[in-house]
Amino acid sequence: MTALLELRRVSKVYGSGPALVQALFEVDLTVDGGELVAVMGPSGSGKSTLLTIAGSLEEPSAGEVLVDGSALAGMTRNQRARLRRRLIGYVFQDFNLLAGLTAVENVALPLELDGLGQHAARAAGLTALEELGLGDQADRFPDELSGGERQRIAIARAVVGDRRLLLADEPTGALDSVNGEAVMRLLRAACKRGVAGVVVTHDAQLASWADRVVFLRDGRAVDQTARPPGPESLLMPRPNR
Amino acid sequence: MSVRHALLALLSEGPKYGLQLRQEFESRTGEVWPLNVGQVYTTLQRLERDGLVESDDPEGDGPKKGFRITPSGGRELDEWLRTPPETVPPPRDELVIKVLVALPVPGVDVHELIQVHRRHLVELMQHYTHVKAEASDHDVELALVVDAELFRLEAVVRWLDAAETRLASLPAARPVATTAVPARRHRLEVRR
Repeated sequence: MTALLELRRVSKVYGSGPALVQALFEVDLTVDGGELVAVMGPSGSGKSTLLTIAGSLEEPSAGEVLVDGSALAGMTRNQRARLRRRLIGYVFQDFNLLAGLTAVENVALPLELDGLGQHAARAAGLTALEELGLGDQADRFPDELSGGERQRIAIARAVVGDRRLLLADEPTGALDSVNGEAVMRLLRAACKRGVAGVVVTHDAQLASWADRVVFLRDGRAVDQTARPPGPESLLMPRPNR
Repeated sequence: MSVRHALLALLSEGPKYGLQLRQEFESRTGEVWPLNVGQVYTTLQRLERDGLVESDDPEGDGPKKGFRITPSGGRELDEWLRTPPETVPPPRDELVIKVLVALPVPGVDVHELIQVHRRHLVELMQHYTHVKAEASDHDVELALVVDAELFRLEAVVRWLDAAETRLASLPAARPVATTAVPARRHRLEVRR
């Protein structure tokens, strides 16, 4: 299995002197293709910093970040931007779809920005929507969709083309639990197709969709869950109550 | 769990045999609560004795003996469905007690202890979520049972989160409980 994301002893410090904040301290994290990892911690534990560093939107103060085997530190600003456009998809709490574009245009937009022709980008956009069971929503505008549907379109946009690293920040935060579940099912489905997913959250229900949960406290990865065994283990006959 | 009332609910749809009741009970509860057939027949006998169900053949005892709900069984079911389950006073919660007891124990890092329990709970939630994720979209009964367990476990994780935040804001050398007891303290009656 290829590691699509590797954080090696990554630290991040903001400010200096008495105002110094140690946002991350020597965090190691490896996420393989096909794996969904949740990073769970309270507000201020460093979750969002971890995600922005993993997505090359911010640089670590120390340590190494590798995306699909390439170290970000050795890249120019332009190379990093190109890698972001090609390989990394983001999902935010508030969807961030453009209101004047249809669902498929929203999904195709990152490819067009990357220089792909309009027709090819639209075709890839449709493929991404169809793979996630959203083909029938391609021509609808964001204001014709519910919050849950918009977030599912945002997930299709995050995995369109060759994007193989999906980074999500509280992706179900604005949704009720049943719509939130539909979003997590889709994220899980995207990962089953080979994408590496990282979800940061404070929410245990959301984290429980992941193959592995890493616990972040005060900028440190303090613990993680074991990979769960198959579902059948819970449905063994139990004594009657 | 009230097998008695679950059987009344199944019979409210129409007459059924004992074996059929057992199968339907299990499938409607997401197969999470297995029921043995002896338990079904014992419960049916008691329901019949109490006049809440009646059978085709009160003297017979075969597997083809059919049961149906009586009008008073219908009233009993309706009353049970609308009666709130026992939630007050709160149950005695072992995890709450463990965290409270751990506070003054020398050498126990209560934050580490909280994390041990948090990890265990989240692992359990992962198991249940995977059960739900792998199940058919049409298996609403299983989803309802699993959701109930997930919400219950989530509430415990949130309690641990809140406990950790409260404990982190305490001064390091705070004497626990002995001198900090306020003059008047509300008492919570707890189920034994």
